[in-house]
Amino acid sequence: MKADDVVITAEDLRVWYGTAGDPVRAVDGVGFELRAGEILGLVGESGCGKSTLGRGLLGLLPDGAARDGRLFFRDRDMLRLKRREQHALRGRELGLIFQEPLTRLDPLMRISDHFAETLKTHHRGISKDEIESRSLEALRVMGIPPTRFRAYPHEFSGGMRQRLMIALTLVLRPSFVVADEPTTALDVLVEAQIIRMLHDLRDTYETALLLITHNLGIIAEACDRVAVMYAGRIVEIGDAKTVFRSPQHPYTRELLRSTISLSTTGLNYIEGAPPDLSDPPPGCRFHPRCPDAMRVCERRAPEPKQMPNGSRVECWAADLTHGLVQLTEDDRIPLAKEVIAVADEA
Amino acid sequence: MPTKPEPSVRTATDAVVEAHDLEVHFALQGSALARLLGRSGRTVKAIDGVNVALRRGEVLGLVGESGSGKTTLGRALLGLVPSTAGSITYHGRERGDVVVSELGGRDLRALRTSMQMVFQDPGAALNPGMTIEEAIGHPLVIHRKLKGAELRARVCEALERVGLAPVERYLSKYPADLSGGQKQRAVIARAIILEPEVIIADEPVSMLDMSVRAKILQLMLDLKEQLDLSYVYITHDLASAKYICDRIAIMYLGRIVEIGPTEEIFANPRHPYTKALLKAIPEPDPDRMVPRDLPRGEIPDAAVPPLGCSFHPRCPQAVEECGWESRDLRTLLEEHWTRNPGTTYDAERDMVGDLDKLDKPELVAHVGTKDGKGTLALLNRIRAEKPEEPFWRGVAGLEEDGNGVRIEFREPTDPALRPEGGVEVACVLYGDERERPSS
Repeated sequence: MKADDVVITAEDLRVWYGTAGDPVRAVDGVGFELRAGEILGLVGESGCGKSTLGRGLLGLLPDGAARDGRLFFRDRDMLRLKRREQHALRGRELGLIFQEPLTRLDPLMRISDHFAETLKTHHRGISKDEIESRSLEALRVMGIPPTRFRAYPHEFSGGMRQRLMIALTLVLRPSFVVADEPTTALDVLVEAQIIRMLHDLRDTYETALLLITHNLGIIAEACDRVAVMYAGRIVEIGDAKTVFRSPQHPYTRELLRSTISLSTTGLNYIEGAPPDLSDPPPGCRFHPRCPDAMRVCERRAPEPKQMPNGSRVECWAADLTHGLVQLTEDDRIPLAKEVIAVADEA
Repeated sequence: MPTKPEPSVRTATDAVVEAHDLEVHFALQGSALARLLGRSGRTVKAIDGVNVALRRGEVLGLVGESGSGKTTLGRALLGLVPSTAGSITYHGRERGDVVVSELGGRDLRALRTSMQMVFQDPGAALNPGMTIEEAIGHPLVIHRKLKGAELRARVCEALERVGLAPVERYLSKYPADLSGGQKQRAVIARAIILEPEVIIADEPVSMLDMSVRAKILQLMLDLKEQLDLSYVYITHDLASAKYICDRIAIMYLGRIVEIGPTEEIFANPRHPYTKALLKAIPEPDPDRMVPRDLPRGEIPDAAVPPLGCSFHPRCPQAVEECGWESRDLRTLLEEHWTRNPGTTYDAERDMVGDLDKLDKPELVAHVGTKDGKGTLALLNRIRAEKPEEPFWRGVAGLEEDGNGVRIEFREPTDPALRPEGGVEVACVLYGDERERPSS
């Protein structure tokens, strides 16, 4: 496997949910590439479409949801594959790590049975010895001693169960894994242990990982690149260190400012809440909350553009700063702010 | 509606709630046979001897992982869980001294007008069938304080105070119509409507989006100034505690292991657990890498806590007398097999035998089934593999014994909280009786 091997390609990917009223466009035109051994962090507030994007990439959407656009796994067109062919890819090639490890393990099955079931489902006729050696290897990578192979789920602590879940995903050696808030329910020390393990996976398995989280600290520490999602769109994507050092989109900047960290000296927050995705605001979707909004922002949606620092950003203000667009004087007039009530918030 | 009271004549340092030698033990149900024979089951020491005082006008942080006892301590201060030993005293501004731990029923309920709680999950803390007006006014109805137009006026005032304005937009809403931040504002409005002196806030922002956490914390700080409140702020998040707290108590397995002024705790963390928590916080700093030297494992079972210092099995700085015992030997062996390829485990498992017999905490352990020499050689190999492992400092004797190896551990010390440079810390490395380590 080459290191520059592109595993996932999404172009203008859209996912929407049918409702009684207007459809909810949870993912509305998203494009990115993910390479083998790369970790892409996906951040944003709740309700911005992060989890829907993660599930949409794997084809794990509920009834009543639809997806469109272009989505490739290696050279396979995922949106044209038959249901059965897609199903066959999941597990072996596409993996998912859930948020709640406690509810995903069968309390009546030993850990060894969980592994045997997983491996037998995806590799018919696999030998007993191979099941054991592959399982123990996956457990070892996740730091679980071989002495615990025949234990039951209740004999493990919360952090161990989450590591078990990750081991159960990895034992099939998938090329692409979505981890949806894998450490949210865990304590800070255990979270740090698991983030370290996910970070080290690239060396062992060369897995391409999409790490969904609302914790910007985790992204800074563990990810190569970061995508910031707002109201169904990726508004900024780039090298993680670059984005944290010089965020180009006002949403990224404000999100970083509102994070409470050890170096916090004053409390900051973003006014308002993410919009209703069945009826998003016209133009740039962030303009009602944006401190830098201009008149153009409510008139026309900005196009994604490459910034001088390498990030791809959708923002008129950033375009203007770097001389990437010509705007009329009228377009550049700062937008009169509608008064946002104190409690209009996420 | 609460109004700012006359400035208190007492100084800012006197206590409003105090816990003295507090213990909260929960009895676990033993086996059916044990119950038939009248044997008592095991107990979980959720709070195991805590002395702490909330001073008037301050924000005291209780910080620790799940299972550290921080929530139980917060609830015990309110009388929501019964204490099994020790006492809790509330020094009321009007009510005078009340021993909370001796109250029950009606008296305990009356205390709620002075001490209130803000819960972690605002979605679960509000009755989905009550409108916001009913929910926030409910305490006044329960305590038969107000009704009718007066009640409504008070509810409106409380809503305005927490920023849920214009109030007409919120009065008739149900919790499901509000966002997470708005619900937590409603929960806070309900907590302040009885004009309490003390609010225990249990992870008030951990369920909220990053973008609103700061806003809710700011609201809490504003209300504290306006209404002369004192807070106990329970959290696992040291970063928010650093911002909001005046003093911080770090808890581990039912005890306070370090307590002191916030600036001192952060500028100069002493307890190895405090240091580890600080190092583990993910910081949005582009120059930071994944931290690698973090404590292993997780918080242990409070029903059978480790001997000596509870933190010693995870502690990178542990020394001889920290409480090394048989269960640590099991961890050592399992870590060795996790580090090495599967063939190592297959080759060595028989030399050690059944690990389950190490699960009972003992100061003398025996491993091995047939070949004492071989087992001793194995243990020495493991030691050579990682000589810096603190476990070996606690081993007093290691010798061949029949068909296995006998390992003797040093006598454990259970460190108490001792003053040290402006804070108090429970660690054998600190305190007046012992010289400071050179590092």
